[in-house]
Amino acid sequence: MNKLKSILGIVSIVSITLIAVSCKDNNKKQNKTDIDHSEMNHDNSNGHHDSDKKEMAMSGDGNSEVILYEYFNLKDALVADDNAKAKELGASLATSLGKLDVSSYTDTQKADLKDIIEDAVEHAEHISESDIAHQREHFKILSEGVTDMVAITGTKNTLYQQFCPMYDGGSNWLSMSKDVMNPYYGSKMLNCGKVQKEIN
Amino acid sequence: MKIVKIIAIVLLVAFVGIQFIPTERNQSDTVPETDFMLVHNVPESIQKKLQVSCYDCHSNNTQYPWYNKIQPAAWFLEDHIKEGKAELNFSEWDSLSSRRKSSKLRSIIKQIESGEMPLYSYTLIHKDAAFSEAEAKEMINWITQLKDSL
Repeated sequence: MNKLKSILGIVSIVSITLIAVSCKDNNKKQNKTDIDHSEMNHDNSNGHHDSDKKEMAMSGDGNSEVILYEYFNLKDALVADDNAKAKELGASLATSLGKLDVSSYTDTQKADLKDIIEDAVEHAEHISESDIAHQREHFKILSEGVTDMVAITGTKNTLYQQFCPMYDGGSNWLSMSKDVMNPYYGSKMLNCGKVQKEIN
Repeated sequence: MKIVKIIAIVLLVAFVGIQFIPTERNQSDTVPETDFMLVHNVPESIQKKLQVSCYDCHSNNTQYPWYNKIQPAAWFLEDHIKEGKAELNFSEWDSLSSRRKSSKLRSIIKQIESGEMPLYSYTLIHKDAAFSEAEAKEMINWITQLKDSL
């Protein structure tokens, strides 16, 4: 009987261990499927998105205009309170930020751009894996980075730097349009803010 | 009964077996010049709190708990430490540009404000790592000051 008891004891310790290990794995898997789901939903609802992507690819990797294009898409997703879409755009923005070609700039500009990009990539990555409140926090710092980037790279379009006095002690973002559509509050306070500066 | 015995033996062998899989130890004898504490003039109370609440996962030196020697707990810790250091490593603080420092400090403030850090699973075992309301306020004020002075 004693032998049986000790065997049972060992079995229970071992199975607890294995359950602990497998639980951990399960958690990871579950997270992964969650992400897959959101991506799938997105693909279904936006049939035209692929053609946009192709256009972007044609305009050339490593171009700052690609980064701006994706930044504006991300901004629009936050305006629309679309967490899943913002996740996806955060991920692709992180990729295109990383590809920015800095070879044609002066050494100081290169160093500045590298610094801006490194920081911005981190925020874009966070946006790709966070809930919408976090996405907006990171979008604020990302916007500062993109604004600093444009100051160096310039852009062919006219941009508007807009300002919301309410969010986190006052926060900026960039837009292609004069009309204020607030990415920090979305539908809650869609038109809160003002144009602060015209760029170009 | 025979089957139970066989299963027990197999599981036991597995449990003993995984103990031999080495884990990376996050420990170092020296404090690098780039360490947050050496770069900034950090008040003692803040130093202590950072050490106890943050440095285990956000520096090159972890004060390991006793259970770190037992698998699978050791893997779990290793994972956390790796992730924590990738996000923020106080030991390599000064290798960041001032833009990134400021950005990290902002994130630290947000994380403490929202109670996301230190992780619940960590404060559950390390009771003294948790922030009291006063401690959180003191830390946030000091880090805000530091951020504005950068």
